Amino acid sequence: MSSPQPRIGVVTFPGSQDDRDALWALAALDAEPVPVWHADDDLPDLDAVVLPGGFSYGDYLRCGAIARFSPAMAAVAEFAAGGGLVLGICNGFQILCEAGLLPGVLRPNESLSFICRDVRIRVERSDTPFTTRCEPDEELVIPVKHGEGSWFVPDHDLAELEARGAVVLRYAEPCNGSVADVAGVVNPAGNVMGLMPHPEHAVDPLLGSSDGALILASLVDAARDRALAAA
Amino acid sequence: MKATVLVRPKHGILDPQGEAVESSLRQLGFAVDGARIGRVVDLDVEADDAASARAEVERMCEQLLANPLIESYEIELAETGA
Repeated sequence: MSSPQPRIGVVTFPGSQDDRDALWALAALDAEPVPVWHADDDLPDLDAVVLPGGFSYGDYLRCGAIARFSPAMAAVAEFAAGGGLVLGICNGFQILCEAGLLPGVLRPNESLSFICRDVRIRVERSDTPFTTRCEPDEELVIPVKHGEGSWFVPDHDLAELEARGAVVLRYAEPCNGSVADVAGVVNPAGNVMGLMPHPEHAVDPLLGSSDGALILASLVDAARDRALAAA
Repeated sequence: MKATVLVRPKHGILDPQGEAVESSLRQLGFAVDGARIGRVVDLDVEADDAASARAEVERMCEQLLANPLIESYEIELAETGA
């Protein structure tokens, strides 16, 4: 095969809900999805990792706070430190923030209501491994479904993060009370991103939008490049 | 040794739960001006003395019980038995 399928792991924690959708979406976008169990100390040979949505470990204490200490997360942190691509979706984003791999924290929605609907999201950066298939300033329609999606950092941190281009995605309409309408952020090295919207639920037009495929296919492209470079 | 950790939303952090409770209290006729909601964690800590117990609980707070971006914490110690 001229264009090999990159191997992308999806970590299942107790309480993960969207792991199977993520595996399905990655397969639909021509990646080889690889299930990873939260209790595994080591990751298999992978070109990227996805942390899926859900309520890992019941989201006890704070969302993502317990999952952060799972054996697989230690392996994911090591993978990220070595430059590996990591995408956290919803609960996965919350876990990455609690783990200190991404800045900020996700707090209860300003409205205190669980929000489950399609939202418009603006692409602020199309030069990350997670957004290369998007146009700058493009608006995407991707569903959110969360009770704790209000991203927060103190004012002085926000100015610094905006200056370094940490904000990749912003809500283009009022959503959950996030500081500066932030929907997704990337780390300084550019290999770890988290977002609250669910691209894996927007991969087939039958479900209302296939804009999520732009994000996941960008990840698949970047993972494939890495697989080829390593080969 | 028994320890109680009080975790609170930091000053200036929006607390929608507290706001909802405040407005409910007002509807009940109470003259309330502000409500903030935090969390209580009661612990039984194995430690030789109060100082080492406090140091241990502080480490717990830093690593897990509170998120320093948005929460502050207070530790109260009480001898068990007597």
